[in-house]
Amino acid sequence: MNSLWSNDLSGFWSAWIIVITLGTIALSAWLLFANRKTDKQPDAEGHVATTDHAADGIEEYDNPLPRWWFKLYVGTVLFALGYLALYPGLGNFAGLLGWSQEAQWDSEMQQAEARYAPIFASYAERPIAELANDAEAMQVGERLFLNNCAICHGSNARGGNGFPDLSDDAWLYGGSPQDIVTSITQGRSGAMPAWEHLGEETLVDVTQHVLSLSGKATDPARAEKGREVFTAMCASCHQPDGTGNPMMGAPNLTDDAWLYQGADQSLEAAVLETLRNGRNGQMPAQVDYLGEDKVHLVAAYVYQLSRQAPESVD
Amino acid sequence: MRHEIVEKNVGLLAVLILVVISFGGLAEIVPLFFQKQTTEPVEGLEPLSPLELAGRDIYRREGCVGCHSQMVRPFRAETERYGHYSVAGESVYEYNFLWGSKRTGPDLARVGGRYSDDWHRAHLYNPRDVVPGSVMPAYPWLFDNTLDGDHIGDKMRALQSLGVPYDDEQIASAREAVEGKSEITALVAYLQQLGTVLEDKR
Repeated sequence: MNSLWSNDLSGFWSAWIIVITLGTIALSAWLLFANRKTDKQPDAEGHVATTDHAADGIEEYDNPLPRWWFKLYVGTVLFALGYLALYPGLGNFAGLLGWSQEAQWDSEMQQAEARYAPIFASYAERPIAELANDAEAMQVGERLFLNNCAICHGSNARGGNGFPDLSDDAWLYGGSPQDIVTSITQGRSGAMPAWEHLGEETLVDVTQHVLSLSGKATDPARAEKGREVFTAMCASCHQPDGTGNPMMGAPNLTDDAWLYQGADQSLEAAVLETLRNGRNGQMPAQVDYLGEDKVHLVAAYVYQLSRQAPESVD
Repeated sequence: MRHEIVEKNVGLLAVLILVVISFGGLAEIVPLFFQKQTTEPVEGLEPLSPLELAGRDIYRREGCVGCHSQMVRPFRAETERYGHYSVAGESVYEYNFLWGSKRTGPDLARVGGRYSDDWHRAHLYNPRDVVPGSVMPAYPWLFDNTLDGDHIGDKMRALQSLGVPYDDEQIASAREAVEGKSEITALVAYLQQLGTVLEDKR
């Protein structure tokens, strides 16, 4: 701010505030001094006159204001004047200290940046595979994960219905350090179309085929029927053998990782639901919230999750 | 001093008390109606779409404002967690304000785009499914209730009369935009736009 005066308000409203504020203070100070002393002195015997108010025989002394109370009042008036001189309060007058809440926030942010940014910058210089073995870095990474990622992926990173498990070895979009960084930075958008128009019978056949890919089919005949439809409709994303395509986030259907399955839902019903309605899972881009350095660190944390013994992930 | 005149006339006393306490409002509140910072929308601010507006009414009906504020204050501790502090120009089309004053749950001023639609749906259906320790109530009926859109045009016309720049065409097609949609769709649409006008997320 280049001067002691801002231009948030027009001159009229600025003057309006100043006049009312200072006027109120001046009036209350006047009121105090005007009522401080009574002009009725005690008589020779020390009797103090009363105000002549009487209620049920109770009278009211007409004494001066108690000194402590009077001083306290003067103190509040002086405090108000001092405060208004130092801080913004009088219209467009910015105060002698030049304080503003934005400037205070800015300086808080700069202090934090000066203190913490070099730490994250030094992590960002090291390759992810190396960071993943640095216990201290992983402790910081874990906190970032818990604050920013756990709300969907769970504090143990095991995900949930529709939210990928990050502690296993199955990756929708690839599990290399670079793939993880890209997923976190830009986010991801799943785009499995709905196949309801194929008819329920056909979808049950395809479901059996999908389950057969990981050896879980319950009706081999229907699975065989479903293969044809799968080859025609699904193979372009999931590959003819069902191993998926990380370029478009088409999951590998031959492993035992299932992204969508409700708590009280059979796997068969879950796959059928996916085929019927399609799936459009979204991972929001995080780089605007975290910045590149923190993305790098949290990517390292995610990278090491699937590289440790499952029971130590907690 | 003529105390007695004031002290023995209750009507006069009341009037004088009102005069005295109005000084505070005159100095602190009245100028805000004429301050650009509070009367001009931030760049890019658009009135809520009919579906988002319907969602906002569900937000109010379900009392979300009782536990969730929509006001990020300019402290680092808040902006680190929630994003850029709220500015007055983001709220100029808000009638009434949903800034709230209590945070049993987190602030929602910048929740838009933070999580996926699927997450919001799962969370509102049963918060414990995605946030195990949550004390938030579940809102399963939002998935069953559908909007009829009977009054959405009237609401927009009321807002228009208060200065929200809806055009007549939007109002005419409002019913079509919400009719038959589920309440959860409207509420998620409302949540997903919260705080997304400022480009600066931090």
